[in-house]
Amino acid sequence: MNPSTAGSLAEPTYLNHETTVRSWLLTRDHKRIGVMFLVLVISALLLGGVFAMLLRIELLTPGPTIMGPMTYNRVFTLHGVTMVWLFMIPAIPSAFGNFVLPLMLGAKEVAFPRLNLASVYIYAAGAALTVFGMVWSGADTGWTFYTPYSTTSPTAVTPILLGVFIIGFSTIITGLNFITTTHTLRAPGMHWSRIPLFVWAIYGTSVIQVVATPVLAMVLVLVALERVAGVGIFDPTRGGDPVLFQHMFWFYSHPAVYIMVLPAMGVITEVVCAFSRKNIFGYRMIAASTFGIAFVGFFSWGHHMFVSGQSTFGSGIFGVLSMLVAIFTAIKIFNWVATMYGGAIDLKVPLLYVLGFIFLLTFGGMTGVAVATTSLDVHWHDTYFIVAHFHYIMVGSVLMAFLAALHYWWPKMFGRLFPERWASVAACTIIFGFIVTFLPQFLLGNMGMPRRYYQYPSEMQWLNVLSTAGASLLAFGFGLIGLYLVWSLRYGKVSPANPWGSRGYEWFSASPPGPHNFREPPRFEREVHDYTVSEAPHVF
Amino acid sequence: MSSETTPWREYFGSRENQSHAAQLGMWIFLGSEVLLFTNLFVGYAVYRYYYPEVFIEASHHLATGWATVQTLLLVTSSLCVALAVHFIRSGRAFWMGVALLVAMGLGLGFLVIKGWEYWKHWTEGALPGEYYRLAELPDRGGSLFFTLYFLLTGLHALHMLAGLSVLGWLVWGALVGRYTAEYHVPVEVGGLYWHLVDVFWLFIYPLLYLVE
Repeated sequence: MNPSTAGSLAEPTYLNHETTVRSWLLTRDHKRIGVMFLVLVISALLLGGVFAMLLRIELLTPGPTIMGPMTYNRVFTLHGVTMVWLFMIPAIPSAFGNFVLPLMLGAKEVAFPRLNLASVYIYAAGAALTVFGMVWSGADTGWTFYTPYSTTSPTAVTPILLGVFIIGFSTIITGLNFITTTHTLRAPGMHWSRIPLFVWAIYGTSVIQVVATPVLAMVLVLVALERVAGVGIFDPTRGGDPVLFQHMFWFYSHPAVYIMVLPAMGVITEVVCAFSRKNIFGYRMIAASTFGIAFVGFFSWGHHMFVSGQSTFGSGIFGVLSMLVAIFTAIKIFNWVATMYGGAIDLKVPLLYVLGFIFLLTFGGMTGVAVATTSLDVHWHDTYFIVAHFHYIMVGSVLMAFLAALHYWWPKMFGRLFPERWASVAACTIIFGFIVTFLPQFLLGNMGMPRRYYQYPSEMQWLNVLSTAGASLLAFGFGLIGLYLVWSLRYGKVSPANPWGSRGYEWFSASPPGPHNFREPPRFEREVHDYTVSEAPHVF
Repeated sequence: MSSETTPWREYFGSRENQSHAAQLGMWIFLGSEVLLFTNLFVGYAVYRYYYPEVFIEASHHLATGWATVQTLLLVTSSLCVALAVHFIRSGRAFWMGVALLVAMGLGLGFLVIKGWEYWKHWTEGALPGEYYRLAELPDRGGSLFFTLYFLLTGLHALHMLAGLSVLGWLVWGALVGRYTAEYHVPVEVGGLYWHLVDVFWLFIYPLLYLVE
């Protein structure tokens, strides 16, 4: 193997046609922007992961272990803030969406490349302000910034609020760009019923991003103003209403769960097709269910407020609307399974993550139906059951899909293969570690261990030890992935143009793609993932 | 800017398609702007429900007559922007610039009146949050009314400033001859933004000043 010479392709790629730092920092190439986002969100994942490990180590024993209660409050807040706002929301759309979406549509660029570059810097500025807040004194409000506590907490809530507010602009710009790109930059033959389902997922996500994010932006500004100028919108001592904050916050943040999960579902659809060597079963239903989830997601925020004093009737309605999400999700799950059924399964690493995803999403989704039932929610409210539920559904799906996407598109992005065996070991470690981390938390919650608490009764220790052991496995798995991926960048086998034999449209371009994606616009003359036609993938 | 010999980007395939993309992008952005203001409208509805008498009483402290003048200025400026789009579509760049300058003048007039109103509120103590000093009205409700008043009109004024910059940029473009009957997408898109600012005011004005 002589990677350095083998990697020098005759055709210039987006990676090597310009190599100066300036050419990266001022690039308008959606692929480079995707890579920049990838680096940023992985850094956020690392930071959030370190906080997670600190939390789990602290909870190893019933009493104080490595930190005091105030530090603990700050650490769980920073873990949540980092993971939700800096990693899970932008991870798949901004990194992989930017890289792959135009390729899948046969476009040379996104519709607004300059705005796209701005979105990286806006994200970076927001993240920097958030991290500044963390370093300054952190925050102890939880990632939800619930009022009235967040309006009076002496910690550095304001810079973190403003950091998240700024990141919101990046999200809106990205969504706006993707919607416009999908409408206007499709290559010949790419009619609406041929659009890859990953693009449909990103499109649905973008609609939520554009519609919901401004609501979050304004509510964060209101909390910040309350802290700075004492405006009293949410402070009951000044005549305000803290429950109004919850309505406004969850009007965004419940759909935000789908900002995280829908792109993950898009990734899974692509990977399932590629490694079952079949086109998706139920294309239209999968596309439609994406919008079903996006739509219903806007009418289910009240399930976060079952114990906030809202009427029983209101809670019942919100409960039923929340359960509707499960129907649309089930459509997808059954279609993925139906696609695999009778397919020529090639159990490569990305498909391992898909299996993990399907398990976690199904389990997390079913517990979701359970917690949407008001009577059960009253028992589980603010316990570890909820922590376990949302980690299964949000974190489980985003992480599994992120890793599936990372491995599936790694050769496309960097032109190198990763060591399959090590990657399989890491995938099994991650999936197993995830289950061991969060399954005990369902039991802890059912036993009554409240979330956000620093201490717990000693009879709950063995489950906490189990959870921490799972977290350690997760950390090990991530370490392994980091090592072999960085190794593969330099020493990995040079990848053929389409190492998986996938019929996804993005493989029509070279791996890694040239600076302008295609020399001439590709013509899409078959369905995406049509494995019935024997053809070598085009490389333009 | 100066390096651009043609404002068209080849990857759009056609000029029509690029124009379509620009308009679509702006409409999506405007949609998200609507949601930004919606929070404040919801807040207004909630607190008006909580403190109906105080809100009516507080609205009497606003200068309704001047707000009506502002409304007229803004609607007329929107008409001028619409005329500017009409002029450039028929290739009359000079008249487009003139119409936009008039629109900007009217917009500035609006902001001057708003500034004067703010000054009056300042001297009266009708201010948000902990700066509220209006003795005739109870703290509960009164301070919230003026908080929402300043937030709604302040956010609107910020949008007007952004809109004025956009119009200024378009006037400069007209001066250097960038826009023609064939190429006028930025004028249309910038015009859309100004109309949105106008529409927001048409909701804010009755809610704050007229509703009893």
